[in-house]
Amino acid sequence: MTRVIMHRVLISIPVLFLVSILTFVLVSLLPGSAAQSLLGEQATPDQVARVRAQLGLDLSVPEQYWNWLKTVAQGSLGNSILNGAPVTETLNVRLPVTLTLVIGTTLVSAVIGITLGVLSALRGGVLGRIIDIFTFTGLALPSFFIGLALIAIFAVTLQIFPPNGYVTFGTSPADWARSLVLPIAAMAVHGLSSVATQTRDATLDALNKDFVRVQFANGISRRSIVWQHVLRNAAPPIATMVGLVFVGLLSGAVLIESIFALPGLGQAVVSAATHHDIPVVQGAVLYFTVLVVIVNLIIDLVYSWVDPRVRVR
Amino acid sequence: MSDLLVNEVAAEATPTAPATGRTAVFRRIIRNPFGLVSLIWLVAVVVVALAADQIAPYSATEVDFTQLSSGPTSAHLLGTDTLGRDVLSRLMFGARPTLEGLAVAIAVFTLVGLSLGLTAGYRGGWFDTVVGRVTEVLLSLPGFILLLVVLAVFGNKQAVAMVALGLLCAPALIRVARSVTLSVREELFISAAKVFGLTDLTIVVRHVLPRIRSAVIVQVALFGGIALLYQSGLAFLGFGPQPPDPSWGGMLSDASIAITTQPWQIAPAGAAIGISIMALGLLGNAVRDAVAETWSHSHATLLRRTHMPRSAGVVAEVVPSAPLVQVRGLSISSVLGGERRAVVRSVDLDIDRGETVGVVGESGCGKTLTSLGLVGALPPGTELAGGSVYLDGRDLAAMSSDERDRVRGRRIGYVSQEPARALDPMFTVGSQLREAVRRHHGGTRREAHARALELLEMVRLPQPETIARKYPHQLSGGMAQRAVIALALAGGPDLLVADEPTTALDVTTQAEILKLLRTLQQETGMAILLVTHDWGVVAEMCDRAVVMYAGEVVETGAVTELLERPKHPYTAALLGSNPYLLLESGGDEPASSEAIRLLPTIPGEVPAPGSWGSGCAFASRCSYATAECRADAIPLLPIGPGHEARCIHSSKVTPMELVTS
Repeated sequence: MTRVIMHRVLISIPVLFLVSILTFVLVSLLPGSAAQSLLGEQATPDQVARVRAQLGLDLSVPEQYWNWLKTVAQGSLGNSILNGAPVTETLNVRLPVTLTLVIGTTLVSAVIGITLGVLSALRGGVLGRIIDIFTFTGLALPSFFIGLALIAIFAVTLQIFPPNGYVTFGTSPADWARSLVLPIAAMAVHGLSSVATQTRDATLDALNKDFVRVQFANGISRRSIVWQHVLRNAAPPIATMVGLVFVGLLSGAVLIESIFALPGLGQAVVSAATHHDIPVVQGAVLYFTVLVVIVNLIIDLVYSWVDPRVRVR
Repeated sequence: MSDLLVNEVAAEATPTAPATGRTAVFRRIIRNPFGLVSLIWLVAVVVVALAADQIAPYSATEVDFTQLSSGPTSAHLLGTDTLGRDVLSRLMFGARPTLEGLAVAIAVFTLVGLSLGLTAGYRGGWFDTVVGRVTEVLLSLPGFILLLVVLAVFGNKQAVAMVALGLLCAPALIRVARSVTLSVREELFISAAKVFGLTDLTIVVRHVLPRIRSAVIVQVALFGGIALLYQSGLAFLGFGPQPPDPSWGGMLSDASIAITTQPWQIAPAGAAIGISIMALGLLGNAVRDAVAETWSHSHATLLRRTHMPRSAGVVAEVVPSAPLVQVRGLSISSVLGGERRAVVRSVDLDIDRGETVGVVGESGCGKTLTSLGLVGALPPGTELAGGSVYLDGRDLAAMSSDERDRVRGRRIGYVSQEPARALDPMFTVGSQLREAVRRHHGGTRREAHARALELLEMVRLPQPETIARKYPHQLSGGMAQRAVIALALAGGPDLLVADEPTTALDVTTQAEILKLLRTLQQETGMAILLVTHDWGVVAEMCDRAVVMYAGEVVETGAVTELLERPKHPYTAALLGSNPYLLLESGGDEPASSEAIRLLPTIPGEVPAPGSWGSGCAFASRCSYATAECRADAIPLLPIGPGHEARCIHSSKVTPMELVTS
């Protein structure tokens, strides 16, 4: 257990550094735009230079990076160029919204996706065919289109759910839940289709293993073979896919938050990206990367819990 | 990027699929209705985008104030948007930025993925290691967020975002290209090409690339779908062609503003995006299917409670004092892409209580399938075509599903060829044995555990307590095979079917496992059906043997009789080409190297199923063959008591002369 955690943490350190360096190098390729966009088109070169100096943008890239690392070490991610508010503050308010959305969708995708995948693999026939067509279509439809379609049907026509907006849990748990139904449904179609496809393939793959034939021929019950042995063997690839779905949802959240006007991290990134508010973009990238690292750690732990070949040497 | 990974798994599963000719593959894609429709759609999109100036009824920005947000009319086939612009025309022009973006992304993806993957797979070494690490890191990045950073830095340039997307996704192609290249590199013709002095570049371009072509096309098609998803998503967010220029994502964004009043406005652009992504996915599938014939069946069919097909014309009768097992007319077909081929043809087989019967033949002659048909566990892609299995004179097919379940394990046990794969890797040996014991005999966990330890002791595994706690991957091949035998013995079967139980083991372990089987037979009195290609094993273990060729029994009889007086030319030839028997014939003297050099071989190969013809299947390799042999099917002809041979020239067949100097 400790060994697995240590291994993942050791892999993650270069990932975090790589991502932050990458962001920095990209930013350095952009001369003066942050100051420019802050001051507007009419600013004189002199003014721009002063603001650049204020923001520390006139230093060399390694120096800037070092300064940034120092602030990160102090638990700060700097201040937004646009409104001067600390980046962590801006992002921390928005993090719960995105996490609720993404974790909720992952759970829905996992539960429904695994059920559909197992059904498709084991039952086959007409039901399997229908499931396969559904998941294949689900993989092809962009989540933002599904989101719009859901709004058109359930918010505009049927008026069951609000078309957009976010209600905090504290204000009204019922409205909070209602405000999440459509966004989660819109994102889950793609997620559950991915999970279902992977579950079907992994289950069929496990079903074709020699040990299934040996157990069957030696009288082990069908139920046990399927529900204990086959599914246990199919679990690692399914867990990987659920993790990948989570990572993919972090990206998808950007679009869905924009459609449903949810005040999450994604919206923050979009508006910061449009306004060249680099500290906020950088901070958000760091938040997202840490989330990815945590998810990968969880997958590793699931792996080692399920598969003795990882756990016991 | 997650989607690429799903399919990457699928692609890796068949990395060295037989690459058939280019035109043949293309024809198979076209013949697949999904492939054809997808291809037509994609070509149509490209043509429409290129010729939009000529085809489109209006310009992309032409405003018709009399027709704001109209539904489909004869003037505007797909209606107009909120500004009165023709939706169909905007869709046509909007395809341009989409295709430009796709082209850039796919070019980067293919170039980077292919060159790095090929080099890493072909060269290996440190380069491979570095590429592997970098791919791993890239695959764990939140892609869309990084794209937004890139856009923030470089301004709203779609081309830059698409280059970045290609780079971010390239690891998926690198992995596939690398694994396929690795397997191609190991093949003989590559080293031969090197010997002939071809440069690495020539070898890669001429010999490796063609082999990985289809795997690459599949990946590119899948990536195309993802790139389209990202391109339209970015355009939807306003990172793309700026208004009033049309783009599919931008049109959805325009429609979303009017969603409360005209919700149907999202349909045209949404459909264009959805259908195009689907077409790319289907095309990828079509290419994959055209190159690799995939098994359409799985053990899922095995595990469904179906009734065995009753064979026509065979009466299910109870024969008193019958042998333990009688197989009558067992026929098995392979089913591949809707095509059925007989692989086991009307096999008869008797096994008496306590006796050991061998099934012998070269690989591909149907002996393993015969044994699996007997235990009722045919592998995916095969099906029972006819025949019956009688246990104590009762037809298994006539039994209820529950009764038949009680036969498996309790009356007939089964040991497979590959001990390493015969146990579930996720559970300890002890837990698998306990499960089998409780299934057959019930009892508490503690009782089952005690019995499991007894079973492990029975198969002579030292320290049963320790072994029970181990997982299959912690056991050696020999130990694992003993554990599998223990599993097969858990139900106390009357017949043990062992399919090449020693083939995967080293020679010393082989002898030990055979000795174990003999001891167990003496202790329990069970019968054994031993499938093997090794006459040495038959001579040592079996009372009687059945020789199979091309799915048929060609000779059957007592082993001593077969060894001394083979009456089918195939049996004689098999015996003559066995080095171990040759050694034994020389007594204690080791056979001279001269004798081994002169070891006769059977000319030709076992014909593939479907090309067996109507007459004797062995005729093409047989020195006794006459025109008569090839004319009609040859029946099994009696030779002596319990000895039959499927040969009309059996009187002429003599044991092959063993060349001893």
